[in-house]
Amino acid sequence: MRKIEVVQNILGANDSIAAQNQRLLDEHRIFALNIMSSPGAGKTSLILQTIAKLRSKLSIAVIEGDVASTIDAEKIKGHAAAVVQINTQNMPESCSLIANMIDRALKSLPLEDINLLLIENVGNLICPSEFALGEHKRVVISSLPEGDDKPIKYPMIFADADAVVINKMDFLPYVDFDIAAFRHAVEGLNPKVKFFEVSCKTGIGIEGWCSWLLTETQLNPHK
Amino acid sequence: MHELGVTQSIVNIVLDKAKEAQASKIVQINLVAGELAGFVPECIQFYFDILSKDTIAQEASLIFIPAPAQLRCRNCSTSFHLQNTLWSCPKCDSQSVEIIGGRELYVESMEVE
Ligand SMILES: Nc1nc2c(ncn2[C@@H]2O[C@H](COP(=O)(O)OP(=O)(O)OP(=O)(O)O)[C@@H](O)[C@H]2O)c(=O)[nH]1
Ligand SMILES: [Mg+2]
Ligand SMILES: [Zn+2]
Repeated sequence: MRKIEVVQNILGANDSIAAQNQRLLDEHRIFALNIMSSPGAGKTSLILQTIAKLRSKLSIAVIEGDVASTIDAEKIKGHAAAVVQINTQNMPESCSLIANMIDRALKSLPLEDINLLLIENVGNLICPSEFALGEHKRVVISSLPEGDDKPIKYPMIFADADAVVINKMDFLPYVDFDIAAFRHAVEGLNPKVKFFEVSCKTGIGIEGWCSWLLTETQLNPHK
Repeated sequence: MHELGVTQSIVNIVLDKAKEAQASKIVQINLVAGELAGFVPECIQFYFDILSKDTIAQEASLIFIPAPAQLRCRNCSTSFHLQNTLWSCPKCDSQSVEIIGGRELYVESMEVE
Protein backbone atom coordinates (compact mmCIF):
# COMPACT_ATOMS: atom_id res chain seq x y z
CA MET A 1 0.00 0.00 0.00
CA ARG A 2 1.23 3.52 -0.73
CA LYS A 3 0.02 6.99 -0.02
CA ILE A 4 -0.67 9.57 -2.73
CA GLU A 5 -0.92 13.26 -1.96
CA VAL A 6 -3.94 14.74 -3.70
CA VAL A 7 -4.87 18.13 -2.17
CA GLN A 8 -7.62 18.87 -4.63
CA ASN A 9 -10.57 21.13 -3.92
CA ILE A 10 -13.80 19.17 -4.22
CA LEU A 11 -15.71 22.20 -5.45
CA GLY A 12 -12.96 22.96 -7.97
CA ALA A 13 -15.00 21.64 -10.89
CA ASN A 14 -17.90 23.94 -10.01
CA ASP A 15 -15.57 26.89 -9.50
CA SER A 16 -14.00 26.50 -12.91
CA ILE A 17 -17.38 26.34 -14.67
CA ALA A 18 -18.39 29.44 -12.70
CA ALA A 19 -15.26 31.23 -13.91
CA GLN A 20 -16.11 30.21 -17.46
CA ASN A 21 -19.66 31.55 -17.05
CA GLN A 22 -18.27 34.83 -15.81
CA ARG A 23 -15.97 35.12 -18.82
CA LEU A 24 -18.93 34.56 -21.15
CA LEU A 25 -20.96 37.21 -19.29
CA ASP A 26 -18.03 39.62 -19.42
CA GLU A 27 -17.63 39.14 -23.15
CA HIS A 28 -21.22 40.22 -23.54
CA ARG A 29 -20.91 42.99 -20.94
CA ILE A 30 -23.62 41.48 -18.79
CA PHE A 31 -23.72 42.17 -15.06
CA ALA A 32 -25.01 39.13 -13.12
CA LEU A 33 -26.54 39.10 -9.67
CA ASN A 34 -27.05 35.94 -7.57
CA ILE A 35 -30.14 36.47 -5.40
CA MET A 36 -30.39 34.20 -2.36
CA SER A 37 -32.79 33.92 0.57
CA SER A 38 -34.90 31.48 2.52
CA PRO A 39 -38.15 30.39 0.81
CA GLY A 40 -40.64 33.21 0.57
CA ALA A 41 -38.39 36.10 1.69
CA GLY A 42 -39.21 37.94 -1.52
CA LYS A 43 -36.76 37.04 -4.28
CA THR A 44 -39.37 36.96 -7.05
CA SER A 45 -41.08 40.05 -5.66
CA LEU A 46 -37.81 42.00 -5.60
CA ILE A 47 -37.04 40.90 -9.16
CA LEU A 48 -40.44 42.14 -10.33
CA GLN A 49 -40.01 45.48 -8.55
CA THR A 50 -36.51 45.84 -9.97
CA ILE A 51 -37.65 45.15 -13.52
CA ALA A 52 -40.52 47.62 -13.17
CA LYS A 53 -38.09 50.37 -12.10
CA LEU A 54 -35.18 49.60 -14.41
CA ARG A 55 -36.69 48.20 -17.59
CA SER A 56 -36.59 51.58 -19.33
CA LYS A 57 -32.86 51.81 -18.65
CA LEU A 58 -31.63 48.23 -18.89
CA SER A 59 -32.47 45.07 -20.76
CA ILE A 60 -32.96 42.51 -17.99
CA ALA A 61 -32.98 38.71 -18.18
CA VAL A 62 -33.90 36.37 -15.35
CA ILE A 63 -32.89 32.82 -14.47
CA GLU A 64 -35.36 31.21 -12.08
CA GLY A 65 -34.12 28.36 -9.93
CA ASP A 66 -36.66 26.24 -8.09
CA VAL A 67 -36.83 22.68 -6.89
CA ALA A 68 -40.03 22.22 -8.91
CA SER A 69 -42.69 24.23 -10.77
CA THR A 70 -42.57 27.13 -13.19
CA ILE A 71 -44.69 29.47 -11.07
CA ASP A 72 -41.97 32.08 -10.61
CA ALA A 73 -40.95 32.04 -14.27
CA GLU A 74 -44.60 32.57 -15.23
CA LYS A 75 -44.72 35.64 -12.98
CA ILE A 76 -41.64 37.09 -14.64
CA LYS A 77 -42.65 36.31 -18.22
CA GLY A 78 -43.75 39.39 -20.08
CA HIS A 79 -41.81 41.65 -17.70
CA ALA A 80 -38.22 40.60 -18.37
CA ALA A 81 -36.53 40.61 -21.77
CA ALA A 82 -36.07 36.86 -21.34
CA VAL A 83 -36.53 34.24 -18.64
CA VAL A 84 -35.23 30.69 -18.18
CA GLN A 85 -36.58 28.30 -15.58
CA ILE A 86 -34.30 25.70 -14.00
CA ASN A 87 -35.89 22.93 -11.96
CA THR A 88 -33.42 21.19 -9.72
CA GLN A 89 -35.49 18.32 -8.42
CA ASN A 90 -33.88 15.60 -10.51
CA MET A 91 -30.41 17.05 -10.42
CA PRO A 92 -27.54 16.05 -8.13
CA GLU A 93 -27.89 19.37 -6.36
CA SER A 94 -31.53 20.08 -5.69
CA CYS A 95 -31.05 22.62 -2.92
CA SER A 96 -29.06 25.18 -4.86
CA LEU A 97 -28.24 26.30 -8.35
CA ILE A 98 -24.76 25.23 -9.43
CA ALA A 99 -22.51 26.58 -12.15
CA ASN A 100 -23.28 24.07 -14.87
CA MET A 101 -27.02 24.78 -14.64
CA ILE A 102 -26.18 28.43 -15.38
CA ASP A 103 -23.89 27.37 -18.20
CA ARG A 104 -26.84 25.61 -19.84
CA ALA A 105 -29.26 28.46 -19.15
CA LEU A 106 -26.89 31.01 -20.71
CA LYS A 107 -27.00 29.04 -23.95
CA SER A 108 -30.70 29.71 -24.27
CA LEU A 109 -30.57 33.45 -23.49
CA PRO A 110 -30.14 36.19 -26.10
CA LEU A 111 -26.85 37.37 -24.59
CA GLU A 112 -26.30 40.06 -27.20
CA ASP A 113 -29.37 41.92 -26.01
CA ILE A 114 -28.93 41.79 -22.25
CA ASN A 115 -27.29 44.20 -19.77
CA LEU A 116 -28.39 42.73 -16.46
CA LEU A 117 -28.95 39.11 -15.46
CA LEU A 118 -30.89 38.44 -12.26
CA ILE A 119 -30.48 34.88 -10.98
CA GLU A 120 -33.06 33.72 -8.43
CA ASN A 121 -31.43 30.91 -6.49
CA VAL A 122 -33.33 28.10 -4.77
CA GLY A 123 -34.89 29.25 -1.48
CA ASN A 124 -32.28 28.11 1.06
CA LEU A 125 -29.81 29.87 3.35
CA ILE A 126 -27.19 27.11 3.53
CA CYS A 127 -26.36 25.38 0.28
CA PRO A 128 -26.26 28.26 -2.24
CA SER A 129 -23.44 29.92 -0.34
CA GLU A 130 -21.11 27.06 -1.32
CA PHE A 131 -21.64 27.22 -5.08
CA ALA A 132 -20.32 30.06 -7.20
CA LEU A 133 -22.36 30.52 -10.38
CA GLY A 134 -20.30 33.11 -12.23
CA GLU A 135 -22.15 36.08 -10.75
CA HIS A 136 -20.51 39.48 -10.22
CA LYS A 137 -22.33 40.23 -6.97
CA ARG A 138 -24.29 38.29 -4.36
CA VAL A 139 -27.34 39.59 -2.59
CA VAL A 140 -29.11 37.99 0.36
CA ILE A 141 -32.70 38.93 1.21
CA SER A 142 -33.93 38.62 4.79
CA SER A 143 -37.54 39.46 5.54
CA LEU A 144 -38.94 40.71 8.83
CA PRO A 145 -41.27 37.75 9.54
CA GLU A 146 -38.22 35.42 9.53
CA GLY A 147 -36.74 37.06 12.62
CA ASP A 148 -33.52 38.96 13.17
CA ASP A 149 -31.38 35.96 14.17
CA LYS A 150 -30.68 34.60 10.66
CA PRO A 151 -27.11 35.96 10.44
CA ILE A 152 -26.31 34.12 13.65
CA LYS A 153 -27.88 30.86 12.48
CA TYR A 154 -26.64 30.99 8.88
CA PRO A 155 -23.46 33.05 9.03
CA MET A 156 -21.79 31.82 5.82
CA ILE A 157 -24.29 33.24 3.38
CA PHE A 158 -24.13 36.65 5.07
CA ALA A 159 -20.34 36.60 5.27
CA ASP A 160 -20.13 36.34 1.47
CA ALA A 161 -22.88 38.79 0.50
CA ASP A 162 -22.16 42.06 -1.27
CA ALA A 163 -25.59 43.39 -0.37
CA VAL A 164 -28.27 42.47 2.13
CA VAL A 165 -31.86 43.48 1.44
CA ILE A 166 -34.14 43.64 4.46
CA ASN A 167 -37.55 43.06 2.91
CA LYS A 168 -41.15 43.31 4.14
CA MET A 169 -40.45 46.49 6.08
CA ASP A 170 -44.23 46.99 6.13
CA PHE A 171 -44.27 44.25 8.80
CA LEU A 172 -42.29 46.36 11.26
CA PRO A 173 -45.26 47.29 13.49
CA TYR A 174 -46.27 43.64 13.84
CA VAL A 175 -43.03 41.76 14.50
CA ASP A 176 -40.16 42.03 16.95
CA PHE A 177 -37.35 42.44 14.50
CA ASP A 178 -34.47 44.46 15.84
CA ILE A 179 -33.05 46.06 12.70
CA ALA A 180 -30.01 47.49 14.48
CA ALA A 181 -29.12 44.11 16.02
CA PHE A 182 -29.57 42.39 12.66
CA ARG A 183 -27.34 44.89 10.89
CA HIS A 184 -24.77 44.69 13.66
CA ALA A 185 -24.58 40.89 13.37
CA VAL A 186 -24.20 41.02 9.58
CA GLU A 187 -21.59 43.78 9.76
CA GLY A 188 -19.63 41.72 12.27
CA LEU A 189 -19.27 38.98 9.68
CA ASN A 190 -18.98 41.29 6.74
CA PRO A 191 -18.00 44.92 7.35
CA LYS A 192 -18.19 45.94 3.66
CA VAL A 193 -21.78 44.84 3.05
CA LYS A 194 -24.42 47.28 1.73
CA PHE A 195 -27.87 47.31 3.33
CA PHE A 196 -31.22 48.14 1.78
CA GLU A 197 -34.43 48.29 3.78
CA VAL A 198 -37.34 47.76 1.43
CA SER A 199 -40.91 46.65 1.08
CA CYS A 200 -41.84 45.00 -2.18
CA LYS A 201 -45.45 45.59 -1.22
CA THR A 202 -45.42 49.33 -0.57
CA GLY A 203 -42.42 50.05 -2.78
CA ILE A 204 -40.52 51.74 0.04
CA GLY A 205 -36.73 51.60 -0.40
CA ILE A 206 -36.92 50.12 -3.90
CA GLU A 207 -35.60 53.36 -5.38
CA GLY A 208 -32.36 53.14 -3.37
CA TRP A 209 -31.89 49.48 -4.17
CA CYS A 210 -32.40 50.07 -7.88
CA SER A 211 -30.07 53.01 -8.02
CA TRP A 212 -27.31 50.91 -6.41
CA LEU A 213 -27.95 48.11 -8.88
CA LEU A 214 -28.03 50.49 -11.84
CA THR A 215 -24.70 51.98 -10.76
CA GLU A 216 -23.16 48.54 -10.30
CA THR A 217 -24.38 47.45 -13.72
CA GLN A 218 -23.06 50.58 -15.38
CA LEU A 219 -19.77 50.48 -13.49
CA ASN A 220 -19.24 46.85 -14.45
CA PRO A 221 -15.56 47.07 -15.41
CA HIS A 222 -16.12 44.78 -18.36
CA LYS A 223 -18.48 47.16 -20.08
CA MET B 1 -29.23 18.06 -0.54
CA HIS B 2 -26.09 18.72 -2.51
CA GLU B 3 -23.91 15.88 -1.23
CA LEU B 4 -24.63 13.78 -4.30
CA GLY B 5 -22.85 16.15 -6.67
CA VAL B 6 -20.06 16.71 -4.20
CA THR B 7 -19.56 12.98 -3.78
CA GLN B 8 -19.48 12.54 -7.55
CA SER B 9 -16.65 15.09 -7.61
CA ILE B 10 -14.79 13.15 -4.92
CA VAL B 11 -15.15 9.91 -6.90
CA ASN B 12 -13.97 11.63 -10.08
CA ILE B 13 -10.95 13.12 -8.35
CA VAL B 14 -9.80 9.89 -6.73
CA LEU B 15 -10.33 7.75 -9.82
CA ASP B 16 -8.33 10.23 -11.91
CA LYS B 17 -5.49 10.28 -9.40
CA ALA B 18 -5.48 6.51 -9.04
CA LYS B 19 -5.26 6.10 -12.78
CA GLU B 20 -2.38 8.56 -12.94
CA ALA B 21 -0.61 6.55 -10.23
CA GLN B 22 -1.48 3.26 -11.96
CA ALA B 23 -3.11 1.94 -8.80
CA SER B 24 -5.35 -1.11 -8.93
CA LYS B 25 -7.31 -0.45 -5.76
CA ILE B 26 -8.13 2.54 -3.58
CA VAL B 27 -8.05 1.55 0.06
CA GLN B 28 -8.57 4.79 1.92
CA ILE B 29 -9.49 8.37 1.05
CA ASN B 30 -8.61 11.19 3.41
CA LEU B 31 -10.92 14.17 3.11
CA VAL B 32 -10.64 17.48 4.89
CA ALA B 33 -14.13 18.76 5.62
CA GLY B 34 -14.27 22.09 7.40
CA GLU B 35 -16.80 22.58 10.15
CA LEU B 36 -18.27 25.51 8.22
CA ALA B 37 -18.21 23.92 4.78
CA GLY B 38 -21.81 22.82 5.14
CA PHE B 39 -21.46 19.19 4.10
CA VAL B 40 -22.69 16.21 6.04
CA PRO B 41 -20.13 13.36 6.23
CA GLU B 42 -22.84 10.71 6.68
CA CYS B 43 -24.47 11.85 3.44
CA ILE B 44 -21.20 11.79 1.58
CA GLN B 45 -20.55 8.26 2.86
CA PHE B 46 -24.04 7.18 1.78
CA TYR B 47 -23.62 8.43 -1.77
CA PHE B 48 -20.04 7.25 -1.94
CA ASP B 49 -21.13 3.66 -1.39
CA ILE B 50 -23.50 3.96 -4.35
CA LEU B 51 -21.27 5.92 -6.71
CA SER B 52 -18.09 3.92 -6.12
CA LYS B 53 -19.75 0.62 -6.90
CA ASP B 54 -17.93 -1.37 -9.58
CA THR B 55 -14.96 0.99 -9.54
CA ILE B 56 -11.55 0.49 -7.95
CA ALA B 57 -12.74 2.80 -5.14
CA GLN B 58 -15.53 0.40 -4.24
CA GLU B 59 -14.33 -0.67 -0.82
CA ALA B 60 -12.35 2.39 0.10
CA SER B 61 -12.92 3.82 3.55
CA LEU B 62 -13.60 7.51 3.80
CA ILE B 63 -11.75 9.32 6.56
CA PHE B 64 -12.99 12.80 7.42
CA ILE B 65 -10.27 14.97 8.88
CA PRO B 66 -12.02 17.70 10.81
CA ALA B 67 -11.05 21.33 10.27
CA PRO B 68 -12.52 23.43 13.05
CA ALA B 69 -14.08 26.83 12.47
CA GLN B 70 -11.33 29.36 13.10
CA LEU B 71 -12.23 32.94 13.71
CA ARG B 72 -10.33 36.15 14.34
CA CYS B 73 -11.60 39.20 16.14
CA ARG B 74 -11.39 42.34 14.03
CA ASN B 75 -11.25 44.45 17.17
CA CYS B 76 -8.44 42.85 19.19
CA SER B 77 -7.05 40.28 16.71
CA THR B 78 -7.60 37.34 19.06
CA SER B 79 -7.90 34.06 17.14
CA PHE B 80 -10.37 31.56 18.52
CA HIS B 81 -12.42 28.50 17.69
CA LEU B 82 -16.14 28.69 17.31
CA GLN B 83 -17.80 27.59 20.53
CA ASN B 84 -21.47 26.85 20.98
CA THR B 85 -22.06 28.63 17.71
CA LEU B 86 -21.29 31.89 19.47
CA TRP B 87 -19.82 34.32 17.00
CA SER B 88 -18.26 36.73 19.43
CA CYS B 89 -14.73 37.28 20.67
CA PRO B 90 -13.97 35.48 23.95
CA LYS B 91 -11.61 38.26 24.97
CA CYS B 92 -13.36 41.52 24.14
CA ASP B 93 -16.85 40.29 23.29
CA SER B 94 -16.83 42.00 19.90
CA GLN B 95 -19.18 40.55 17.30
CA SER B 96 -16.92 41.63 14.48
CA VAL B 97 -15.17 38.44 13.51
CA GLU B 98 -13.45 37.21 10.41
CA ILE B 99 -13.62 33.58 9.28
CA ILE B 100 -10.07 32.39 8.77
CA GLY B 101 -10.58 28.64 8.63
CA GLY B 102 -13.15 25.89 8.57
CA ARG B 103 -14.63 26.31 5.09
CA GLU B 104 -12.21 24.01 3.32
CA LEU B 105 -13.36 20.89 1.52
CA TYR B 106 -10.76 18.88 -0.31
CA VAL B 107 -9.33 15.46 -0.98
CA GLU B 108 -6.11 15.52 1.02
CA SER B 109 -4.57 12.16 0.14
CA MET B 110 -5.34 8.52 -0.42
CA GLU B 111 -3.91 5.09 0.15
CA VAL B 112 -3.76 2.82 -2.86
CA GLU B 113 -2.52 -0.58 -3.86
N1 LIG C 1 -46.30 42.25 3.13
C1 LIG C 1 -45.35 41.97 2.27
N2 LIG C 1 -45.38 40.83 1.58
C2 LIG C 1 -44.36 40.58 0.70
C3 LIG C 1 -43.29 41.49 0.50
N3 LIG C 1 -42.45 40.95 -0.39
C4 LIG C 1 -42.97 39.77 -0.77
N4 LIG C 1 -44.14 39.53 -0.10
C5 LIG C 1 -45.00 38.36 -0.21
O1 LIG C 1 -44.28 37.23 0.30
C6 LIG C 1 -44.64 36.07 -0.45
C7 LIG C 1 -43.38 35.41 -1.00
O2 LIG C 1 -42.76 36.27 -1.93
P1 LIG C 1 -41.90 35.77 -3.15
O3 LIG C 1 -41.38 36.97 -3.85
O4 LIG C 1 -42.64 34.76 -3.92
O5 LIG C 1 -40.72 35.06 -2.36
P2 LIG C 1 -39.56 34.13 -2.94
O6 LIG C 1 -38.35 34.39 -2.11
O7 LIG C 1 -39.42 34.34 -4.40
O8 LIG C 1 -40.14 32.69 -2.64
P3 LIG C 1 -39.61 31.26 -3.21
O9 LIG C 1 -39.25 31.46 -4.65
O10 LIG C 1 -40.76 30.37 -3.01
O11 LIG C 1 -38.43 30.90 -2.35
C8 LIG C 1 -45.60 36.50 -1.52
O12 LIG C 1 -46.91 36.26 -1.09
C9 LIG C 1 -45.33 38.00 -1.64
O13 LIG C 1 -46.45 38.72 -2.09
C10 LIG C 1 -43.30 42.69 1.27
O14 LIG C 1 -42.40 43.53 1.18
N5 LIG C 1 -44.33 42.87 2.14
MG1 LIG D 1 -39.48 32.94 -5.96
ZN1 LIG E 1 -11.72 40.67 20.51
